Amino acid sequence: MFNFFLLILIYTGIYALMALGQNLITGYTGMLSLCQAGFFAIGSYATAILTTRYGWSFWGTLPVAALLSALFGVLIGLPTLRLKGDYLAIATLGFGEIVRNVLNNWDSLTGGPMGIQRIPMVTIFGFTINPYKKVAFLIMVIIFVLVTYYLFERLGRSRMGRALQAIRDDEIAADAMGINITKYKVWAFAIGASVAGIAGSLQTVYSLSVTPGSYTFMVSVLVLCMVVLGGMGNFAAVILGAFIIQLISYFPQLVGLSGVIPPQFKQILFGAILVVMMIWRPQGIIGVRSYMVGRKNSKKVEVSNELA
Amino acid sequence: MGSISEFFQHLMNGLTLGGIYALIALGYTMVYGILKFINFAHGDILMFGAYIGLFVFNFLRGDSPLGTWTFISFFIAMLISMIVTGALGVAIERIAYKPLRKASRLAPLLSAIGVSFILSNGAAWMWGTQSRKLEYPFDNAPFTVGGVVITPHQVMILIVSLIMMLALIIFVNNTRMGKAMRAVSLDQDTSRLMGINVNSVISLTFAIGSALAASGGMLIALDFKVYPSMGMMIGLKAFVAAVVGGIGNIGGAMLGGILLGLLETFGVAILGIPPAMKDTISFGILILVLLVKPEGLLGKAVREKV
Repeated sequence: MFNFFLLILIYTGIYALMALGQNLITGYTGMLSLCQAGFFAIGSYATAILTTRYGWSFWGTLPVAALLSALFGVLIGLPTLRLKGDYLAIATLGFGEIVRNVLNNWDSLTGGPMGIQRIPMVTIFGFTINPYKKVAFLIMVIIFVLVTYYLFERLGRSRMGRALQAIRDDEIAADAMGINITKYKVWAFAIGASVAGIAGSLQTVYSLSVTPGSYTFMVSVLVLCMVVLGGMGNFAAVILGAFIIQLISYFPQLVGLSGVIPPQFKQILFGAILVVMMIWRPQGIIGVRSYMVGRKNSKKVEVSNELA
Repeated sequence: MGSISEFFQHLMNGLTLGGIYALIALGYTMVYGILKFINFAHGDILMFGAYIGLFVFNFLRGDSPLGTWTFISFFIAMLISMIVTGALGVAIERIAYKPLRKASRLAPLLSAIGVSFILSNGAAWMWGTQSRKLEYPFDNAPFTVGGVVITPHQVMILIVSLIMMLALIIFVNNTRMGKAMRAVSLDQDTSRLMGINVNSVISLTFAIGSALAASGGMLIALDFKVYPSMGMMIGLKAFVAAVVGGIGNIGGAMLGGILLGLLETFGVAILGIPPAMKDTISFGILILVLLVKPEGLLGKAVREKV
């Protein structure tokens, strides 16, 4: 039971990393990206391939995972970010599916649908972090989350963070103020992607195997749910959102009802969370920022409608 | 078999696929034209329509006195599926999108993703994840015309999608309601001042778009399997078709759909793109169009107004 709770916390940490990235992209910059699962997969496979095939250590693969994800983020972002926001959502949705398609079919590199097994455990200063003894692994994940959280909080209050919020609130006004919109959007997208890549590396050394089946669209929606539930634009709230969503995810197993509650039930619940939160509490459960709230009684509404 | 007949063979296959894409793309483009947002749940609405049609058809066929005329029950099933799915589309709009009409741009998109998730997982919960197959409504023995192999299904898909598209064009251009629809897509406020009931126009748009998706779903069920997550890839491709033609433009969606069907068929047949990577073609086209002509083939470039 206690062990199971530790597992939930570890997954909370790994997903919180992705959710922090998603929050930078969606909550801060107002871009809807739907491929955190794709970047998660890229990070996972980078670590898996480099450690098993080339004998790299986990720590050496981390920057590769981050940079590779960021690179793909830029590749997908550059053509789409210059356009209206909705295109990004579809393009990223397609990208996530194609990553999975490639992982499934590129047998010589990724092992196809079977994936890659027997990934070495993480060692640090001669100490092995065994994922089966969850406490040490949890501490490592918490350190990752705290460092990322600190960096993102700093980023949010920096010149770049303010530029991103300006873009979110009014792109044209931000442009008029001399903010290079495409540049900042691509940066935000790349940073958000790289954190998801790092989360993927952690996932790899936790489960010690990777298969394409674990990187479905479901993962992206889960991450999106965490951001929406916690509160967009608030990094601490997003971590809370990650915890609540993971708790709901594993609730049937936690109370021993996994045979009674069908697996689709929680996914329907996640869908309902997105709809209900948007209608009644768009600012999330920790509501600090008001931008998601409708701009009633203002002419702005019509204009923003037109810009779409 | 000469290369000319081979060409016509691919043309036929491409047109059939394209006709289906076009039907689905119309739903995206009509909603976008009026509400300026992408209805992410459209692919799942299609899945729902395919299931309803399949159930009704199986029910009607059970001990049907129609004998070889089972395709009549196919069309009855399609009609019922279109009505039910159209109602579903209207209900979704009322519940999940209408309260968000004045919210920020992101809100309806997120809500739509939620709806899509509810629909696909709800279907998996109710009807199971195993894929189903529609029993052929009539003999699907292919026949040959000048070296081109054509199946009766292909003929039916082409005829049905052509009729649907023509009906839609006539409706939008020649009826009062169609005129109201065009007015609302131009300017909601002015339309309201002119006495148009904007809400009912929006509902009608969702009803028509969803009904077309349902008919597309039924046509897909003729040749492919029906399963709860089928809507995602098909929806994605139909969206690409809508963008290629110029999103918000009804003629564009038809053109884009047919073009995409042809490009996919010829891409696999002539350029030798491996069939496993077929799905990547449409995605590559999307990126290409967004880079070169983001407003699409028939769309007009609109400058942002402040």
